[in-house]
Amino acid sequence: MNIDTKTEEFHHVHAAHCENGVTTALLRHHGLDFMTEPLAFGMGSGLFYIQIPFLTINNGPAISFRTMPGAIFKRTCKALGVEVTRNKFSDPAKAQLFLDKKIKEGDPVGCQVGVFHLTYFPKEYRFHFNAHNLIVYGQEDNRYLISDPIMEEVTTLSSEELSRVRFAQGPLAPKGHIYFPEKVGVITDDLIRKGIVKGIKRNVRDMISIPGNFAGVNGIRYTSNNIRKWRDKLGLKKAGLYLGQIVRMQEEIGTGGGGFRFLYGAFLEEAAAYLQDDRLIGLSEEFTKSGDMWRASAIQMAGVYKGRLTEQQSFDEIADRLLEIRSVEKEAFLKLSKLNLGK
Amino acid sequence: MKKEDLPQEPGALSRLTRELCYVKNEDGKYETALSKGWDIKKEALDSAWVEVNDRVEEARKAVANGEKSPVYYFMELNLMDLVVLSGYTGFFSFFIKRHFKPSVFKTLSDKKLEKYAQVFDISVSELKNFKG
Repeated sequence: MNIDTKTEEFHHVHAAHCENGVTTALLRHHGLDFMTEPLAFGMGSGLFYIQIPFLTINNGPAISFRTMPGAIFKRTCKALGVEVTRNKFSDPAKAQLFLDKKIKEGDPVGCQVGVFHLTYFPKEYRFHFNAHNLIVYGQEDNRYLISDPIMEEVTTLSSEELSRVRFAQGPLAPKGHIYFPEKVGVITDDLIRKGIVKGIKRNVRDMISIPGNFAGVNGIRYTSNNIRKWRDKLGLKKAGLYLGQIVRMQEEIGTGGGGFRFLYGAFLEEAAAYLQDDRLIGLSEEFTKSGDMWRASAIQMAGVYKGRLTEQQSFDEIADRLLEIRSVEKEAFLKLSKLNLGK
Repeated sequence: MKKEDLPQEPGALSRLTRELCYVKNEDGKYETALSKGWDIKKEALDSAWVEVNDRVEEARKAVANGEKSPVYYFMELNLMDLVVLSGYTGFFSFFIKRHFKPSVFKTLSDKKLEKYAQVFDISVSELKNFKG
């Protein structure tokens, strides 16, 4: 069936990270012109760190540099009083019917998809990663119009292709997950400021006070301790692959990367303007520093997976650098927690 | 990261798009800039693919030596593990593990083979007749 409709004036947003981009584009479409990617990321308390013990993904350690999938959209909308509808389906045909109906009504929608069968992605990027997000905003010549935030331009998918990625299987299987803002109320500057403060406080809590030793800033130490043992425990080849996976998780599109520390720095800069509080600019610098340190550590790790660095000493140096990063981030969040924002 | 330090080293993605990054401009303020890629990332991705190809080659040898069934090979070829393959086929991991045995594989019904073939995007005869 060809619906041949296109949402009027939908504007594609090119973003560093898919969920931020989808959130920003959908909210802007609903009239929230002030929304930016850093703001969505910060209000949604997107910054995080976790290495899940005893779990491997793609035969490497399960590490994430951001909060769980779906949380950024959910929290940012909630902070702004935007009502959200989300649906999952067991039947692909019903999932498509629902999608078609939304598009016919002229409503762009967010979809969670797996990247393995995503035809417009280069083959090198297509692993079984199921928490990618994109927007479907219309249909033309029997193809769905797709706004994928990591792409500079919009693209298209056939209905079979779209159905396949919406019903990808494995960990975090999307089950046709579709989501969109339902109702947007009046948004005052005060509401935005409250959302920013709440987002910062929640992020402080997540990074500093989360229980256990493998999440938040302590998670960075957990990985650091792991790295020290990898060379003896796994052998050089596998240890190199594990470090490569850290770098990909940290930096790569498709796995959830995107320089999150810089993004958080950009958020605090925006927050400083909204809250008229220059102390936040100083703290923005701390996250810039952390981002630079993560990148420097990636260069060190590359030395191992490129086979140039082979000694235990190199593993220890990488582990030490991670401890430095941990202390920079811990300090920054502790300072954030002492600012008494919004009082 | 300063804007002038943003790497422009083409990787796999650069055939398709540039990546949006948050960088510091001359005034010390954040802005966005586009990057073609970064060698450090490219090499991490490349080494992951070397590993994938090694695993596929090992799986191929295991089938050729009669140690593993074609199901195992095509699982590796499609970058799947037991959890993912179980999701796509609906078979429990326990049964899939059994289907890795050549002796058990020979006894599989066409219906089950059809399911695997569909998931692997091949025909039943390609699956049945894969000798490594």
